[in-house]
Amino acid sequence: MAQKLYPSAEAALEGVLKDGLLIACGGFGLCGIPERLLDAVRDSGVTGLTFASNNAGIDNEGIGKLLRTKQVKKMISSYVGENKEFERQYLSGELEVEFSPQGTLAERMRAGGAGIPGFYTKTGVGTLVAEGKEVKEFGGEDYILEAGIFADLALVKAWKADETGNVVFRKTARNFNVPAAHCGKVCVVEVEEIVPVGTLDPDCIHLPGVYVQRLIVGSPYDKKIEFRTTRTTDVG
Amino acid sequence: MTMHDHIAKGWTRDQMAARAAKELRDGYYVNLGIGIPTLVANHVPAEMTVTLQSENGMLGIGPFPTEDEIDADLINAGKQTISELPHSAYFDSAASFAMIRGGHIDLTVLGAMEVAENGDIANWMVPGKMIKGMGGAMDLVAGVKKIIVVMEHCAKDGSPKFIPECTLPLTGRNVVDMVITDLAVFQRPDHQSPFKLIELAPGVTAEDLAAKTTAHYLV
Repeated sequence: MAQKLYPSAEAALEGVLKDGLLIACGGFGLCGIPERLLDAVRDSGVTGLTFASNNAGIDNEGIGKLLRTKQVKKMISSYVGENKEFERQYLSGELEVEFSPQGTLAERMRAGGAGIPGFYTKTGVGTLVAEGKEVKEFGGEDYILEAGIFADLALVKAWKADETGNVVFRKTARNFNVPAAHCGKVCVVEVEEIVPVGTLDPDCIHLPGVYVQRLIVGSPYDKKIEFRTTRTTDVG
Repeated sequence: MTMHDHIAKGWTRDQMAARAAKELRDGYYVNLGIGIPTLVANHVPAEMTVTLQSENGMLGIGPFPTEDEIDADLINAGKQTISELPHSAYFDSAASFAMIRGGHIDLTVLGAMEVAENGDIANWMVPGKMIKGMGGAMDLVAGVKKIIVVMEHCAKDGSPKFIPECTLPLTGRNVVDMVITDLAVFQRPDHQSPFKLIELAPGVTAEDLAAKTTAHYLV
């Protein structure tokens, strides 16, 4: 089997990065974002990128870092708050934004990865999201046609993988990482730990190795929290 | 009664959440929006099992963690740290919205800027202001079995929010089943029927309410 494990994020992206790519990126807020790979994309200097990603990071975190260096031409996202540089570029017209409802965005990635170029959904019927899209009636209800996303590259953050690329995620850090991985022509995954082949339970693989072309270990991680909320007393 | 009894007293934010919690049933799977809807979780009756869904990929949201339990990999859709329960389950975003869009979630409670008398809802953008996006709101109103809106009856400038027709860009068309405000509760049995006033908050008269509402509703 071809070697999937690379020594660094830079090495894992070699020969894959170029200007104008469509990149599907995992993460929800700062949870489960492929930070090592995003740093490497920034350092490579490629520009004119389109990112399909639920969020655009925050100032100086996640995709926010690539906005600062003006490497991003367009975002396909469902929510882009909490980011001043994003706001500045968006309002000045430097950055193009396509808003896609969160579930529609996830399904567009999943569909692209499943070889489905379009699907009909109720989400967004009668709203601005439906503008310019085909409307079709099924069983007396209206649905709109949404397009699958076929990305040139997927950037994914996971918990553990074996060297064949079988991947396991942890808690809510799974989020968009799975659909993003599915829709990338090339999928690069950064993990916290590589474990020996045979130690992951085959019944509990979240992303089978067929979807994963390249792997790196990104540890140690200092995971960021956007809103640290705690309780002091016991809740029943 | 005092000379001030013409001033509508109404419900507090927490009382509105408690009123919304009365719509919960044992065994329900529920998605709560950000703001007042989040408070509904504090009013789930002790004898009832209600499983909360977080659209970033979790069923069975637990309470906020203690300082020791904080985990950056465990957040809710508002990006706040949370905890898990013995029956919690995790899944990816496509699976999460499959259960939302596919009608597997029983109830969602959402905030709104406007609700129209025909059940339209607007809660994601104000023209001229920076658009942050709709997040999962459009998917939720399109797919969840029952949609409850909890909102202040009037905007900060005093203008009504339950109105004949939405003026802001829509989140969903003809989707709202129940509206709970600080003054009253409106409900409709199906999406072809008009809303009916079913409850007034303490100290609020039908006349108070009518004066602050432009939407048409049955009494």
